Amino acid sequence: MSVGIGLLTDVLLSGTVLMLGLWVILTADRLRAAIGFLIYGLLVALVWVRLGAPDVALTEAAIGGGMIGLLVLGASTRLPPEPPRSPGAPARPRRWILHVIAAALSATVALGLALVVLGLPEPAPSLAAAVAAELPATALENPVTGVLMAFRAVDTLFETVVLVLALIAFWSLIPDAGWSRRPDWLPLPHPPPALVLLARILLPIGVLVALHLFWIGASLPGGKFQAGALLAALWALVMVAGLARPIAATERLVRVLAVLGPLVFFVIGLGGLWLAGDFLAYPEGLEKPLIIIIEVVLMLSVAVMLGLILAGLPSADTAVRAPKARPGTEGQP
Amino acid sequence: MSAGLMDWAGLMWMLMRALMQALVGWSDALLVALLVLPVLAMLLGFALGGRAAERIALWTLPLGLAVALAIGALVLHQGMPLEYAMGGWAPPLGVALRVDGLSAALLLTTALVITGVGLYARADFATPSGVAETRASLAFWTLLLGLWAALNAVFIGRDLFNLYVAIELLTFTAVPLVCLKGSPENLQAALRYLLFALLGSVLYLLGVALLYGAYGTLDIAQLAAAVRGSAEPAALVAVVLMTAGLLAKTALVPLHLWLPPAHAGAPAAASAVLSALVVKGSFYLIFKLWLDLLPPQYGQQIAQGLGALGALAILFGGVLAIRQTRLKMLIAYSTLAQLGYLFLVFPLVLSPVTLLAATGEGTPPAWTGGVLQLVSHAFAKASMFMGAGLIAIAMGHDRIGELGGLVRVLPVTLTAFALAGLSLMGLPPSGGFAAKWLLLRAGLETGQWWWMLVILGGGVLTGTYLYRVLAVAGFSGGESAPRPLQPVARSRELIVLGLALVSLLLGLLPLSSFEVLKIGREGDETAAVEALTQPAITGAVWP
Amino acid sequence: MSQITLYGLLGSALVGLGLYGLIVSADALRKLLAFNLLGSGVFLLFGVIARRGAGAGFSGDPIPQALVITGLVVAFAATALAVGLLVRLGETAGLEDVDDAPASPRSAAPEDAPGSAGGPQ
Repeated sequence: MSVGIGLLTDVLLSGTVLMLGLWVILTADRLRAAIGFLIYGLLVALVWVRLGAPDVALTEAAIGGGMIGLLVLGASTRLPPEPPRSPGAPARPRRWILHVIAAALSATVALGLALVVLGLPEPAPSLAAAVAAELPATALENPVTGVLMAFRAVDTLFETVVLVLALIAFWSLIPDAGWSRRPDWLPLPHPPPALVLLARILLPIGVLVALHLFWIGASLPGGKFQAGALLAALWALVMVAGLARPIAATERLVRVLAVLGPLVFFVIGLGGLWLAGDFLAYPEGLEKPLIIIIEVVLMLSVAVMLGLILAGLPSADTAVRAPKARPGTEGQP
Repeated sequence: MSAGLMDWAGLMWMLMRALMQALVGWSDALLVALLVLPVLAMLLGFALGGRAAERIALWTLPLGLAVALAIGALVLHQGMPLEYAMGGWAPPLGVALRVDGLSAALLLTTALVITGVGLYARADFATPSGVAETRASLAFWTLLLGLWAALNAVFIGRDLFNLYVAIELLTFTAVPLVCLKGSPENLQAALRYLLFALLGSVLYLLGVALLYGAYGTLDIAQLAAAVRGSAEPAALVAVVLMTAGLLAKTALVPLHLWLPPAHAGAPAAASAVLSALVVKGSFYLIFKLWLDLLPPQYGQQIAQGLGALGALAILFGGVLAIRQTRLKMLIAYSTLAQLGYLFLVFPLVLSPVTLLAATGEGTPPAWTGGVLQLVSHAFAKASMFMGAGLIAIAMGHDRIGELGGLVRVLPVTLTAFALAGLSLMGLPPSGGFAAKWLLLRAGLETGQWWWMLVILGGGVLTGTYLYRVLAVAGFSGGESAPRPLQPVARSRELIVLGLALVSLLLGLLPLSSFEVLKIGREGDETAAVEALTQPAITGAVWP
Repeated sequence: MSQITLYGLLGSALVGLGLYGLIVSADALRKLLAFNLLGSGVFLLFGVIARRGAGAGFSGDPIPQALVITGLVVAFAATALAVGLLVRLGETAGLEDVDDAPASPRSAAPEDAPGSAGGPQ
């Protein structure tokens, strides 16, 4: 009986997710597609709960749906309007053929993929037992955190480096004349008082929730990325409401905070080479405190980097208004 | 005199031995340093900003080069690959690194090219005095370091997901380099590049999921053993999906559209790393998938398909290069064509004839030819793009038709261009010649004459487009020598020449010395060691 | 039909849908959304594979689950870069269209010197 209800939930959930996916692809308007994607992300998070992966569910909700959705939503409001589909006849038939070919190709891929996935060998190969056997050596209880911080720590380390480089890449797009200016995507010119009030109320609550999410990460679902994303979202809200000004790329303090996480991770990893015999190994007995130190600084760095990216770029408009500003001459702390 | 010389040589020999003994104890740290050094430099450069970023990057160049040299020497000295399990966790649970002869050669190539590019770029990306920091210089130096780390990670990775993170790192450093100048055309080119690259990475990741689902490991060596044990359909589907994704990142025809505007529009120093190294990163993974992960009999039909796309790239890229009017566009289309040669390796190595012959003998000549093509093209193309940068500075433009008299303005650069061109054409003596000669030989041995025609035809096309440049720049100078608009530092010309010379000198090495590339390839260990212990002259291509 | 089959089909369908959107969308932002849809389909397949490997007291194989967490952060980084490019492109293209813009910010793109580095002179 309960199995039947569970499966019914799964069927309904899958159907809704697929419908939302179709909506995102087929709807005519960018903004609607972006909003569709935000909701889609939240529902996919539910799928992850159903798949017995609460850690992934939280990350999907925070980063996969939330952060990515916000970025795309923000972009859809900042882009010039889509050119109306040209009524010119000559382009039409080729477009039509492209759609048919693309549909056939995609359907083939999806079908073939489904066959392969459903035909994977039984019993399914798994490292669950190996993780269970080695987890005590990491002094962690949450197996996913164990994988991220010990067995495959190098991926986590490089992923934070990916974030730093994404921030550098993102900032490299700032117009030369705007290098030392504050980004201007978020602040509303006249934030409604209700929003300001909401931001004031949500800020302390959100910080507490984030710290809780972070703290339980060692044993229960949660952890640095989820908590960092929540903090970044709060920061973005505060910037939207005008309670804090966005920070310019030339500000050294935020850069130091951004690299602090990966830097500390590297230093402790190198210490492992010295004290525990291997890069990214933790000396016996010190596993838990060292991992907690890494996670704290990583959470801080992730929050700062995600927040800086959400804050956007200084726009070219301001650069035009003050064309005489020399690059990099102002804004030194 | 000879006695003194003998003493001197003996002393050097003993010093070398002592150094090697010391290095052996440091091999783990050296492997880790390949990743840690450029990343730490990048992080510090970004945090400190301004001039510090440039200074840190320039200091990292010799250190990184020394690490790559030491790793190469170690692999050579030990005659076997270096392996390292991160955190002490062995695969499948953990992630391991591995440097074999091929990786060592690619690490060294990367280090040399990046050192050249870094020294060359000092003039373009210095922070002007009176300014605390400029966007372009901060971005360039940090991205260059990030790119180095990413390439090192690609060349030493043996865990497929770890390699995914590495190629993403490569993408996120390469794309912003394309639009460092910030013009709408650059931004458009970068966006197109990014979309192709993202499609590529997601297809790659899909393959990773399937392989894990079928075999429960992501380690390439363990996967290879497992696939040999039981051939799941998922394995072939996964490798095909991953290959399709990586082809988009490597810009093989018909997924090449993004490359010419991206590589031609970037600043010269960035174009050099993009064309010489970045596209090779994704190619290297295709190479690993088909020649290391899958058993050879799996891929024979698909190998013919990859070869056909490669042939198309050689001919198509060559014809389009001839039709270009701008020098940087011509060089970019030349990259398209030269990448095509790399894909001829698959049908030549995976042909039934080679496989039968190779059972006792080890690695076939086409394998060596492909690697040599990869390395010599890297040096030649880095030299050409940076040369084109100097030409644009001196002449104020890069329109091929108006380069008359260039030989008097930048003789050294033009010489370098011609020397690098020899390698691209495949004329002796050059690395490109040895590479193409090996591929031709493989074509003959395996009876696949059609690939030989493509190689020869590609050489003619290459000759044609290079002649177009050299004929104008070298001989129709007219009476009055043109003057450079802006002076070009001689040191920058020498860097361009140096890289071209390396590409040339690769062709002067005896063929048997390339046996070191095969250290760590299965079944080839003994062959490699034997080749090392013999004075290797016998295999030389020309007298 | 089991849960694993169902979500296996969903993941595959999302991959197909994303691929379709990536090919046919003319607008880059829509391509970006399609890429993220495709990515989430791939991640779901990781989830299905993790679920198949449940055991040793875990509700799923933790290795693929951890890979998805890393993958999501990488997808965010990719989206951030693409959004930045898109918005900048929109701004520069917008300025090109509007002729009354007082000054072009494209001073860093000298027309005839593609080889010389932009930025500092």
